[in-house]
Amino acid sequence: MEPVLIAPSNFSFLGIPTILFSLVIPIVGVGLFTYIMARRIAPLVKAAPDNRFDDIPNRVINVVKIWLAQWRQPRYMTAGVLHILIFFGFLALGIRSTSLVIIGLKEGFVLPGMDGVIGHIYNILKDYAATWVLIACMIAAVRRGVFRPERYDVPKKYGHDHTGEAVFVLGIISTLMISESLFEASYVAAQVQQGVKPEFLAPGTLAWLLKNMVLDKPQETLQSLHIASYYIHDITFFFFLCFLPMGKHFHVITSLFNVFFMRTKRGNVKPVKYGITDEQLDDLESFGVKKMEDFTWKHILDFYTCADCGRCSDQCPANAVGRPLSPRFISIKGRDKIFKNYPLRGDFLKSEPLIGDIYEEDEIWSCTTCGACEQECPLGIEYIDKIVDLRRGMVDEGMVPQSLQKPLKAIEKRGNPWGKMEKKRSEWTTINNFSETCNVKILEDGVTADVLYFVDSISSFDDRMQGIAQATARVLTAAGIDFGILGKDEKDSGNEVRRFGEEMLFQDLKRHNTEMIVNSGARKIVTADPHAFNALKNDYSGLPKVEHISQVVARAIKTGRLHLKMIEDESKVYTYHDPCYLGRHNSVYEDPREALDALEGIRRVEMLKSRDRSFCCGGGGLMLFYEPEEEERMAVLRVKMAAKAGANVIVTACPFCLVNMEDAIKVAGMEGKMEAIDFVELIDRHLIR
Amino acid sequence: MEILVCVKRVPDTSENEIAVNSDGTDIDRDDLVYSVNEWDNYAVEEAIQIVDRVGGKVTVVAVGDDESEEVLRREMAMGAHEGLLLSDDAFAGSDGKGIATILKAAVEKGKYDLVLTGAQADAGAGQVGGMLAAMLDQPYASLVNKIEVIDDKTLKVGREIEGGNQEMNEIQMPCVLSIQTGINEPRYVGIRGIRKVASVEIPVLGASDLGVSSDAVGAAAAKVKVQDYFVPQLGAGAEMLEGSTEEIIDKLIELLKAKGGLK
Amino acid sequence: MAQIFTYITHKGGVADDTALELAAAAKKIDAGAAVTAIVTGTGSDLDAVCNDVAASYSEVWKIDNPALAYPNAEAVRKALINILPAGAILLLPHDTFGMDLGPGLSIKTNSAFVADVADIEGTDGTTLKLVRQEFSGQVSTHVTCDASAGAILNIRPGVCKADESKSAGGKVVDKSGNAGDLKAGRKFLEMVQAEVGDVDITKSDVLVSVGRGIEEQDNIEIAKELAEAMGADLSCSRPIVDAKWMEKSRQVGTSGQTVKPKVYMAMGISGSFQHLGGIKGSPYMIAVNKNPKAPIFQVADVGIVANILEFMPELTEKIKEL
Repeated sequence: MEPVLIAPSNFSFLGIPTILFSLVIPIVGVGLFTYIMARRIAPLVKAAPDNRFDDIPNRVINVVKIWLAQWRQPRYMTAGVLHILIFFGFLALGIRSTSLVIIGLKEGFVLPGMDGVIGHIYNILKDYAATWVLIACMIAAVRRGVFRPERYDVPKKYGHDHTGEAVFVLGIISTLMISESLFEASYVAAQVQQGVKPEFLAPGTLAWLLKNMVLDKPQETLQSLHIASYYIHDITFFFFLCFLPMGKHFHVITSLFNVFFMRTKRGNVKPVKYGITDEQLDDLESFGVKKMEDFTWKHILDFYTCADCGRCSDQCPANAVGRPLSPRFISIKGRDKIFKNYPLRGDFLKSEPLIGDIYEEDEIWSCTTCGACEQECPLGIEYIDKIVDLRRGMVDEGMVPQSLQKPLKAIEKRGNPWGKMEKKRSEWTTINNFSETCNVKILEDGVTADVLYFVDSISSFDDRMQGIAQATARVLTAAGIDFGILGKDEKDSGNEVRRFGEEMLFQDLKRHNTEMIVNSGARKIVTADPHAFNALKNDYSGLPKVEHISQVVARAIKTGRLHLKMIEDESKVYTYHDPCYLGRHNSVYEDPREALDALEGIRRVEMLKSRDRSFCCGGGGLMLFYEPEEEERMAVLRVKMAAKAGANVIVTACPFCLVNMEDAIKVAGMEGKMEAIDFVELIDRHLIR
Repeated sequence: MEILVCVKRVPDTSENEIAVNSDGTDIDRDDLVYSVNEWDNYAVEEAIQIVDRVGGKVTVVAVGDDESEEVLRREMAMGAHEGLLLSDDAFAGSDGKGIATILKAAVEKGKYDLVLTGAQADAGAGQVGGMLAAMLDQPYASLVNKIEVIDDKTLKVGREIEGGNQEMNEIQMPCVLSIQTGINEPRYVGIRGIRKVASVEIPVLGASDLGVSSDAVGAAAAKVKVQDYFVPQLGAGAEMLEGSTEEIIDKLIELLKAKGGLK
Repeated sequence: MAQIFTYITHKGGVADDTALELAAAAKKIDAGAAVTAIVTGTGSDLDAVCNDVAASYSEVWKIDNPALAYPNAEAVRKALINILPAGAILLLPHDTFGMDLGPGLSIKTNSAFVADVADIEGTDGTTLKLVRQEFSGQVSTHVTCDASAGAILNIRPGVCKADESKSAGGKVVDKSGNAGDLKAGRKFLEMVQAEVGDVDITKSDVLVSVGRGIEEQDNIEIAKELAEAMGADLSCSRPIVDAKWMEKSRQVGTSGQTVKPKVYMAMGISGSFQHLGGIKGSPYMIAVNKNPKAPIFQVADVGIVANILEFMPELTEKIKEL
């Protein structure tokens, strides 16, 4: 069959065969792209080691779910749907774009296997894909350019607005879609004009629309459009390829890898250096991240991968209360710094300390390690490990706020952040005549028990939180569990010590507690403090199984070992606040809810932000001692959320949450209208003994 | 600049009530933990910052037993270059003057442009710096909360005086300054930092090494002696004032006057 | 008994309160002693101070020298070395000047030195029996001081009730000629005044501290008036700072300032762990709270169950009447 238009591979322009362009453009494009990528990979090579080739099954699952199935995208519905459309459009059009490049060299080229029915179906699909991608791009451009969702704002201190880049790229994508469709449309229009049986164009597609628009154009015009659209597509395609590694669209290339290599465990913190055992830590010259290359290669890949979508910062409680931290800009500032230090041309620059340059001390201390950002990121970018690594670097340099030095030193000397005497750690077991009604064994001098109740510092020493310890002891007793505590031999679990970057102190605490727990002979550990729960479960090793009291209670109710009364006050509306270290970091969402719902007559509502989107109360452990600059307290926001949900009792399951909530209720002036109670206290109150 | 900072190992008593031992000869030290005197820590930080700016070396010195080595190491982990422990049985029971005598001998064995002490320590006397300066015949300023190096002979120092005011002075080196808290923000010393300097040799000098006559120091030479310790009477819980508002206020004013609460 | 001297600090021609307290302290050492006050300075201000304190002392030794215009401890020390007789007992106020002067002077005069004397119990021959405090006031000690070769005692301001009798009727003796060369290695340059509204509560002796019981920002004024009437500084607990009603620099607590006052008035403060953690040195604590079960009452010395918004204005009123 004679072609109705001269193909790019046979065309001449001003006497020059355009096949030359078809050859030169890809060669230059691919060459340039390879060069750019080589420059971009350089910092990854110089970065710290990272171990990301373990746990392959979960990594594959992550790729399928988070990358391919775009699992996290619909959490932001509008942007998510637009992204899914563009993402799948890109996947579909990838094949077409590749074959188009070759068509420029060889007329009518068809990829192997694409010549039969599959090819026809594909052609219809890709035409629709190009159409929806164009529509999605236009909506996205209007959304970013006109409606400007707040999430994309760039606060002044973080530099200029990013809307330009975003809209520019949407323009490029639109150009690709239009030129590709026009290339095809002009040809089909010529076929129609010449009475040749036209190739099928699916109705309603962009190509179909364009065909109808150019149907009455003269042959020469169609020829020009055919050739022009081809080369516009070719140039734009390779320009786009080389432009991707220049900014936030790098994720088009890196996302697959970043998701594959993303964190597969939860609640844990990366070791100081991969490949270095705890015993070898003393030999390390330097600790943590001080300059860019101290980050692991995955963390630098994270910087490259950030799509600037702002979901992390939108979820970040620190950002919400005006603390000087926005996770999005941890990435963007990191990326821009790498681009600057590793320019595409010329020598690499000498690396300077990051703190005081792109990051500020307060910024890094502002994080509560709640994990909301990582939970949200559709690209598997990590923040907690970076923050912890930066803190390790600061601790190593002595840059620790005065307000944190005291509790850290007290933990070092006394095992608790208040510097209270060790012997007072078990005082809660006797206070207010508690021992008369509930006997708590202290596992020393040969006294043993099945279960060890790990109390941790705040429930041991804070007079309000001692209520949680006592309630826990009563509930365990009621459930017929043989338990005891370590008493003065228990030290702070160190969950926050580690997350505040004082690794060596954490190692000491871990060593001490591990020895004491193992020596106690207990077969199981229970705690009512999610921070201790997390540390013992995810940071320690070689311990018996660890459970949170809510898990124990839920099971005891199911098995009939705990019996609960009707809810005391039916006029109360309860809402459950997920503590970060119970929920997000350890996926305990249902047990406390099930146990609460076992209280007959309870009225329970959910806050808008719950389960893995729970909003941090402001943080526990050492965070209680640190006061960043902020406009409002996180817990005040949280208490308002509870009120908005129609609740008047916040039930939480963490002593730190309780401290923050109770304080916030007073600060917000909601005394009498709102109250806070710990899960185990509520259960304790409703026990049928 | 060569700077010597005098530091003391003291019990950390900030968070726990202190009890007196059964015979009243000392506080009950069984459950106490020890650390460097807070004021001294500021002094060391200040010395390190000065040396960072103008060059030189920081030496930390302590009078005490072997356990004082721990605080010297902590200060060396902060950035002090050398440590020096002055230890001798003859030093036991020294009063402020005795300690100053021992330190004076140590100062004279080196060549220091500046000697820093904390403004006070656990006994709350704040005397050693001033005594040491007088023994050395060097100028002295107490309660220093700002140091500016003018040239290699002169410092500009601020003293924290009543009402939060600051008295600025020019002082000639060599001199002795006692450092007030708040002059800087001392850096954090982690366990790792201490381990790094764990094997650094710290010379120990005794009375004979220093050329200090044992008559001049120790309990025998002390003119000021602590006889016993006691805890001032404290009631359990508050004394609740009751009655009409007027009566309560009258009683309260009386109490305020007695306790120095009215000016 | 050795001859007893006191050193009078003064400002703007007015003797410090300690001038009469030291007179009383001297009586505690030797009730019958003829006590001599030493006043240094220059010009009419100096004369005014000398005349002011003369009634309370047997003699007032005046040292007039331009080098002493600003009390430079080093210059004062030189003057005192030259005029103090051997074996003298000198009482100084334990304030920022006394701390500057006392220790060095004791070395130069070869006398014993006791800092921050909280009480004088008497004498036993040439031995002085004193009371001091250690560990930020948590523990008291009985101290003996061998005054046979003289002694310098820094007396804590406020612990001796001022001797107001003014019955000594002393005369002013000009000792300026004996002072000698007062050249010092330290030179006073200037006084940098504390910024207004920037009170360092960690150095305050008396604090009126407000908590949540203040209820509204406008009510801070009520507490401020009380503090002013008392001559105290105003501090607060964390919720007040959180509400941005007062500056962070005034917050008492583990997350705020650590204060060591002598008297602490906790007004509408429940007394959380974190708040009490910022109060050191066992101050005399007065708690006013409408909740009789407020934990603050467990740690306070004196408790009053009242609404601070009603109680404070009345108290202010009464204090102003004094």
